Amino acid sequence: MRVLLFGIAKDIAGKPVITVDGVNTVAELKSYLYKTYPRLEQLRSLMIAVNKTYAGDGQVLQASDEVAVIPPVSGG
Amino acid sequence: MKTQRYDRQLKLEGFGPEKQQLLNQAAVLVIGAGGLGVPVLQYLTAMGTGKLGIVEYDTISITNLQRQVLYHTSEEGQPKLQTAIRRLQQLNPEIQFIAHDTWLTPENALDIIAGYDVVVDCSDNFGTRYLVNDACVILNKPFVYGAIHKYEGQVSVFNYKGSATYRCLFPEQPEPGAMLNCSDIGVLGILPGIIGSYQANETVKIICGIGEPLSNQLLTIDTLYNTHYTFRITPVPGNHNITALQDSYEQPCDTGGVKSLTVQQLQEWLEAGRPLQLIDVREADEWEVCSLEQALHVPMRMIGGIIPKLQRDVPVALLCHHGMRSLMVAQQLDAAGFPFVYNVEGGIHAWACEIDEEMNIY
Repeated sequence: MRVLLFGIAKDIAGKPVITVDGVNTVAELKSYLYKTYPRLEQLRSLMIAVNKTYAGDGQVLQASDEVAVIPPVSGG
Repeated sequence: MKTQRYDRQLKLEGFGPEKQQLLNQAAVLVIGAGGLGVPVLQYLTAMGTGKLGIVEYDTISITNLQRQVLYHTSEEGQPKLQTAIRRLQQLNPEIQFIAHDTWLTPENALDIIAGYDVVVDCSDNFGTRYLVNDACVILNKPFVYGAIHKYEGQVSVFNYKGSATYRCLFPEQPEPGAMLNCSDIGVLGILPGIIGSYQANETVKIICGIGEPLSNQLLTIDTLYNTHYTFRITPVPGNHNITALQDSYEQPCDTGGVKSLTVQQLQEWLEAGRPLQLIDVREADEWEVCSLEQALHVPMRMIGGIIPKLQRDVPVALLCHHGMRSLMVAQQLDAAGFPFVYNVEGGIHAWACEIDEEMNIY
């Protein structure tokens, strides 16, 4: 599954797109991200969008879904 | 209202005199007159927004000028608030400007925001963003959100007719220090101009009731690759039920930790009579040699005793001989959660050399 990274998530992972396999829900995706990139967990809030729509932790993911990881942004 | 000024919007199909009048009657509060706030203020002023409030307490720094294009090089060190209003009045004298010469704090947020129809969040830190959200939810005010990171920006309209709020996207503030050092990330000058212009556009849309506002949507823009995404978001139950502000929204990273204050800036602040708690942390024998009359003398080792007496929402500036001891005290106050801590660069020695040549030097 292709996962697009935005904002500081892109900086933390060092790339704008990652491939994640073996996760079935948004909650599992978040666990994977927090384990792989511990700094993401410090953000506390991490929005996941599936097919351009906000997705709660329970949402089931399909391999064909377009997933985006959108962290909070503070700059102004 | 001088209609000629607004001729191009009056003759615009879908806008016209009726929408112009709505804009003329609107009261908009812009929080922050920095990267995002400058374009928001310029366009809302130019287009004829009736009443514009500005919350800002910062001074103009040379590093602001690559993106905050309202300000001039000669105005370095001047307060942004008065400088912005002076220039915006030249742009459109028909606008009523309200100066809120302060940072937004839990103590003043509700009083300030209550007087406006729409709030535009142009702040640059999470603490203020969550404060704006909570205050707007309590007062049932829509707010237009914009934020930037490197080459990317986010825009949304929150709390508009029951739409999603900032906490529906990001329920909790990030851990202090989770973001990169706030002032060191860097930004290309154009990006806040783009995102701020979107915020101004959304503000006009919700005032005038035209088009489809970005409520229940998050727009992200990547200016390096020209990608625009609009994400659908939904209100989370409970997020509109806020009844009181938190006691504090402070975050050490947000304030960039301890900020530096030059002796020239200190002189301007003192002469302008800005609220400031200036503390001289040198020893008694040094204080005897020279001192500033506005300073409170608290030797470094005694500082713990006065921390409970300091006001948290008034900036604290620390002064010593050369700026080293005061920096340590400033870091101590920063770690204790004071949001606005300044270290006077070069200490009283710099003041004696650069400001007051009659002062004793040691």
